[in-house]
Amino acid sequence: MTALGKLFRTTTFKLTLVYLTVFALFAAFLLGYFALNTRRLITEQITDTVNAEITGLSEQYRLGGIRRLVVVVDARARRPGSSLYLVTTFAGESLAGNVTSLPPGTLDNSGWTETGYRRLDEVEAGEHPEHHALVRVFQLPGGFRLLVGRDLDERERLYNIVLSAGRWSIAIVIVLGLAGGLFVTRRVLRRVDAMTETTRTIMHGDLGGRLPVAGTGDELDRLAENLNLMLERIEALMRGLKEVSDNIAHDLKTPLTRLRNRAEQALRSGKNETEYRAALENTIEESDGLIRTFNALLMIARAESGQARDNMSEFDAAEIAHDIGELYEPLAEEKGIALKVEADTPTPLRGNRELISQALANLVDNSIKYAASRDAMNGAPPQIVVRALSEGDRILLTVADSGPGIPESDRGRAVERFVRLEQSRSQPGSGLGLSLASAVARLHGGELTLADNQPGLKSIIALPRGGPVQIGG
Amino acid sequence: MATYANINGQRPIGRTVEAQPDRVTMRLLVIEDDRDAADYLVKAFREVGHVADAANDGDDGLAMALDGQYDVLIVDRMLPKRDGLALIGALRAKGMETPALILSALGQVDDRVKGLRAGGDDYLPKPYSFSELLARVEVLARRRVGRTEETVLRVGNLELDRLSHQVHRGEGEITLQPREFRLLEYLMQHAGQVVTRTMLLENVWDYHFDPQTNVIDVHISRLRSKIDKGFSQPLLHTIRGAGYMIRDGAR
Repeated sequence: MTALGKLFRTTTFKLTLVYLTVFALFAAFLLGYFALNTRRLITEQITDTVNAEITGLSEQYRLGGIRRLVVVVDARARRPGSSLYLVTTFAGESLAGNVTSLPPGTLDNSGWTETGYRRLDEVEAGEHPEHHALVRVFQLPGGFRLLVGRDLDERERLYNIVLSAGRWSIAIVIVLGLAGGLFVTRRVLRRVDAMTETTRTIMHGDLGGRLPVAGTGDELDRLAENLNLMLERIEALMRGLKEVSDNIAHDLKTPLTRLRNRAEQALRSGKNETEYRAALENTIEESDGLIRTFNALLMIARAESGQARDNMSEFDAAEIAHDIGELYEPLAEEKGIALKVEADTPTPLRGNRELISQALANLVDNSIKYAASRDAMNGAPPQIVVRALSEGDRILLTVADSGPGIPESDRGRAVERFVRLEQSRSQPGSGLGLSLASAVARLHGGELTLADNQPGLKSIIALPRGGPVQIGG
Repeated sequence: MATYANINGQRPIGRTVEAQPDRVTMRLLVIEDDRDAADYLVKAFREVGHVADAANDGDDGLAMALDGQYDVLIVDRMLPKRDGLALIGALRAKGMETPALILSALGQVDDRVKGLRAGGDDYLPKPYSFSELLARVEVLARRRVGRTEETVLRVGNLELDRLSHQVHRGEGEITLQPREFRLLEYLMQHAGQVVTRTMLLENVWDYHFDPQTNVIDVHISRLRSKIDKGFSQPLLHTIRGAGYMIRDGAR
């Protein structure tokens, strides 16, 4: 496609053409209407003047006969810019007037005619062209004929002026319009081309590219800004995806290798049914762990992509705190941890009950794992406190333990997928508990923060009371 | 089939058939397009004493299910010719109330809700363990008998009154927390049947997520210490690799 062809194909240029055509047609219509009306108006004026003169002259004839008429016509014909007059006998012999060279037979019919003529004074001057006039022939009683008319040149001149003005202005409109259209189109096209160029590099895999923003705040800028936001989101998602696949590769391959090795070993050196059975049971156990990890990953992916936004309902966060506390209390007790729930006032919340329960359960589960591992140095039994409280327009679900806590430098990392801080490598679990809790919090427009409980870890899920704010519907 | 030779007449998981004297033979229909999976299920169900048939697409499945000879249908969610949910919908529209368990690779809570709303009676995400599937199918088959409507549940000399919320074993009254009461109630409603941890979590706690640690085990051992302690005959049994069962072992 040539550059010009591309230009002509743009929406802007097509719009320009449409507007141009409409405007030119309108201008032509307007000027044509104006020209025709002017002409009609002048014709009417001529008719009126001629009629008045004929009435006046025939009155003169009635009062003073042909003699008086000739005198009056003579006097009038001599005035500068006068009308055209001619008085003839029945035979056509001119008695008075300022007109000659009328086509033969003009005087034979009474009434209006448009005719060519020459003025008497011009005949002597030489080769003047014929003029046009609108004349009326009137039969006077007594066989005389009276012709009165007005020159039409003025009318034609005016008509022509208007017409040529019209032609010129339409030509100018078209030329200027086309030029303007091309100019605007090229400007727009240049910016769109720049955008296309950037988009292409982005499509080639450079997700860091951003569309140029001219800074004029116009619709193209708004479009570019929105697309840039979209690109940012895509880049973040891609980064997340890459991280996930890296981590899957790393953390899932380990148990898969273990599973494979054990099966292989059982096959190679299994001596009896008991050993085979043990190996098979082990395999099932390992694969259950893998399935659990996959499920957690899927859950996180769903929560992060916002798919779980359906199923939102109103419920009491304090009730969730009590339920989860109740679910984990025997487990904590078994490990010698005192699990307490402090959530006495109803704290209504809008969200996905199941996911928030799971997030809180993960935090409690996490705390139970680590709170117990603490040395009873000061003799006090380890404890965990689950709280639900409202703070401004937010609902806080907190789990505070007296375990070893997480050093401040590691807290951000602990929320990431698959990250298990060193001391936790020995503990069971997918390492996805905190990541899932964090994803659930973000799904609801809130956040998960880890803080120092002095001593211990305090995990806080902060959620907006009214549920997530929908972006763009 | 060579693939299953290593099962060798044994249950795939370490449960033994003798553990369940209450088992009655069920007629089951497995509607699953993956022939390997279908064959595996049919074989496994037959090994534990049930009668099982397989259909490999939605139309065949519907035709066979309409015969009405089955106690429970096991329906894969995504089937050729007729989707699993549509199949259940068509059955229900014809007035067939055969319980249906949906098997699906879609395991999220909202998929589950969709499945149950479409007329399914239970929902099990893939991959599942056979013992989980078996336990759920047996519960579904039994549900038709309508045991859930009784007001006093009895297992051996253990008695649970659902109206007064009182529990007795022999002469002595047992005090239970509300959740322990519901746990025992659910177990007793399904006395003689295996109840898995997931089933307990779903039905007693109404959670459909995986709590990572086996919190249910601790609840069970608490309950066990309340109802079985001091009695020579335990009622609450752990079924290895599957779950729990309450049953009167003296019978």
